[in-house]
Amino acid sequence: MAVDTQAPSRGFIGASYRTCPETGLKVCSQAEALIKVNAVVAVVFLAVGGFFGLMVALTRWPAVHLLPADWFYLLLTAHGADVLLFWVIFFEVAVLYFASAIILNCRLAAPKFAWLAFVLMVVGAVLANVAVLQGESSVMFTSYVPMQAAPHFYLGLIVFAVGTLIAVFCFFGTLVIAKEEGSYEGSVPLVTFGAITAAIIAVFTIASGAIILIPTFLWSIGYISHIDPLMYKVIWWGMGHASQQINVSAQVAIWYAVAAMLLGAKPLSEKVSRMAFLMYILFLQLASAHHLLVEPGVSSEWKIFNTSYALYLAVLGSMIHGMSIPGAMEAAQRRNGFNNGIFEWLRKAPWSNPAFSGTMLSIVIFGFLGGISGVVMGTEQLNLIMHNTLYVPGHFHATVVGGTTLAFMAVSYLLVPLIFRKEIMFKKIAQWQPYVFGAGVAGISLFMMGAGTLGVARRHWDMGFSDAAMSFDYPATAFLMMGLNGIAALCAALGGLMYVLVIVCSVFFGKARTPESIAAFPTLPKTGGAATVTTYGSEAHPKLPGTVVLVSVFFVAFVLYYYVNWKYLSEVWPLS
Amino acid sequence: MSDQNTGSGGAPEERVPAMQRLLDNPFLLLFMGVATPAALYLLWGVMELSQIPLAP
Amino acid sequence: MAIFPPQNRLWWKEPLSGIEITWIGVAFVWGLVMFGTMVGWHFVGKQNLSNETYRINPNAFGEKVEAMVERYQVREEGDTGIPVVHPAPGTDIYMLGRLWEWYPVLELEKDQKYRLHLSSMDWQHGFSLQPQNINLQVHPGYEMVLTITPDKSGEYAVVCNEFCGIGHHTMVGKIHVIDNK
Repeated sequence: MAVDTQAPSRGFIGASYRTCPETGLKVCSQAEALIKVNAVVAVVFLAVGGFFGLMVALTRWPAVHLLPADWFYLLLTAHGADVLLFWVIFFEVAVLYFASAIILNCRLAAPKFAWLAFVLMVVGAVLANVAVLQGESSVMFTSYVPMQAAPHFYLGLIVFAVGTLIAVFCFFGTLVIAKEEGSYEGSVPLVTFGAITAAIIAVFTIASGAIILIPTFLWSIGYISHIDPLMYKVIWWGMGHASQQINVSAQVAIWYAVAAMLLGAKPLSEKVSRMAFLMYILFLQLASAHHLLVEPGVSSEWKIFNTSYALYLAVLGSMIHGMSIPGAMEAAQRRNGFNNGIFEWLRKAPWSNPAFSGTMLSIVIFGFLGGISGVVMGTEQLNLIMHNTLYVPGHFHATVVGGTTLAFMAVSYLLVPLIFRKEIMFKKIAQWQPYVFGAGVAGISLFMMGAGTLGVARRHWDMGFSDAAMSFDYPATAFLMMGLNGIAALCAALGGLMYVLVIVCSVFFGKARTPESIAAFPTLPKTGGAATVTTYGSEAHPKLPGTVVLVSVFFVAFVLYYYVNWKYLSEVWPLS
Repeated sequence: MSDQNTGSGGAPEERVPAMQRLLDNPFLLLFMGVATPAALYLLWGVMELSQIPLAP
Repeated sequence: MAIFPPQNRLWWKEPLSGIEITWIGVAFVWGLVMFGTMVGWHFVGKQNLSNETYRINPNAFGEKVEAMVERYQVREEGDTGIPVVHPAPGTDIYMLGRLWEWYPVLELEKDQKYRLHLSSMDWQHGFSLQPQNINLQVHPGYEMVLTITPDKSGEYAVVCNEFCGIGHHTMVGKIHVIDNK
């Protein structure tokens, strides 16, 4: 953590900074150190959780059927906790510190508390892993009561959540400091606004988690006699689903950031993009109801209103981002001179830069596979033919792995040179990594959704029911889907391994960036970056034919797939 | 948010529109972003669960 | 640049471009259409969940199931020892989930209405009717009631699709739907 320059008299005594040679930003050394440790721990959990995921996929591959049942359920629980919670949230804390202290050019608030937050998060995450690996807490990530885990499983999650809450408040504190010390003028940058959205959703997430996990912990040590399973489920999903909405917000912020840093893209309209984030802040979290659509005891009114994010206003937000990010890229590329035809701007984009290709694949996989399937599955009646089938993990592997994880991987290729100040090693592997990983994840999502459409249950060790008293045969196509899913999982695991290899080697053994190497291989190319952008702010009404084509294709796919599923629903037994 | 009306240049500047001031206030957004789902999702949901009748 | 503050201090007042206004309009209307489809299906569609649910002690639910079995049992399912019941059409029928079976096996008549009661004796279970692919969540302590009308005859499996412990994958039940003479 080299410190190049001491802070001038302004600001907090003891805060030290260096000046970034590529962006000219002032980098708070405490924020930088915390970004590093959180990102490194995140990658460790990705590697561990990803390995568990591969074991799960190989067990669900009927011809391989790798693990015995107890190990399958154990590793499936650990896989869920490690990647769905620990990997993404450690990385998100790094993103929050980056979007506040670094982008706003100021010091991090209460660095001691930020370190405490980090320690608590590590302790909690390790404790939960120990509980699961000891074998007494194979309750799945959701830990639905009255099934009971060991007390230290719940305690680990609670300690982790407390740490996360402290980190989120360090982020909010940094916003206050930046405002008071005048480290920026006017409004915060759009990327920071996206991070604010993520942090707000995180507060709701952690509050819901506290409301339900603390009583559940007390129940597990015998202090409370009964936890109502329906009450648990409603409140737990206030945490479980909302935590994935933190991902969505953080990943959209990263999409904007990468488009800005690599292409010099400006938002088409600050107003529209920020209003889209406001729709997230207000309504995205209502989608926790997606998990309760075939539950007894909650009314259709509650289900319809909440599952639709209040008349689909949060989907409106996502569709706006889905237009305005490619639109901003197109506008920037046309300004950079790629102005021929409809798609020259896209063809001549930096596809060999993993930060760019990862971001684009993240947008496409999240939008087409994750977004559409999420809305379809989150329709009150359509959920009847999808709930708890493999369609569910198929959907959220498209959002959390194809969307969030791939976006985080992409931005890592910028963080390593800018924050760790190391050269990316194995450039060829890095260049292919997003494609290998993206192809694998797209396969996993599609094949699991296919198997789910055929009825195959999720979280199920043996789709052949070989030990069951009464047997049932899924269609042969379903077995084929799960075989293909296993192959796709191998591909995704290879992509994940490439990522871990490149990032870990670069961070720990990479050559330090020097002024010469920065000049020769700038992280932020001259066409983009701050250099050529003389005015920032909104784009002046450009023509964007390529974006119009892209969003039209998306819209047609959305409408068709939505009504195809209503057709499927109309063919099952009448229910009322 | 008290300094919204005074530009750094010192020249009299137009008042910032209300919606922009809302979007520039992270703590107001934090309140709205926690209160809305707490009321519409959590409270409404828990109220419904608490009203489920006993089986006849 | 999205990583710098907007240069225009009053960015809220910048006008929108045509493509943005159009897309926002399309997306908003599409949201209303999807919302309307969900609401409308309650009036014109045939596949909707009822909102009928009761709190019940698992043992009390078990007694209701046993009463139905005593009254309507016709045989046992193969060599499993699990009773097959053939309740009168239009009546209340019961199925309970417990570690690790669905009890009892139901024999229903095609195109007849039945009021199906579902609950669990222990943990949560997932009622997944295959190959129809109708999926419902089953909770202990809650009795969910819905009217079903099997409209195709055949043999259906009830797979458990909510994880319920080490024997979860062996939890398969049956519903027979027969043509009425």
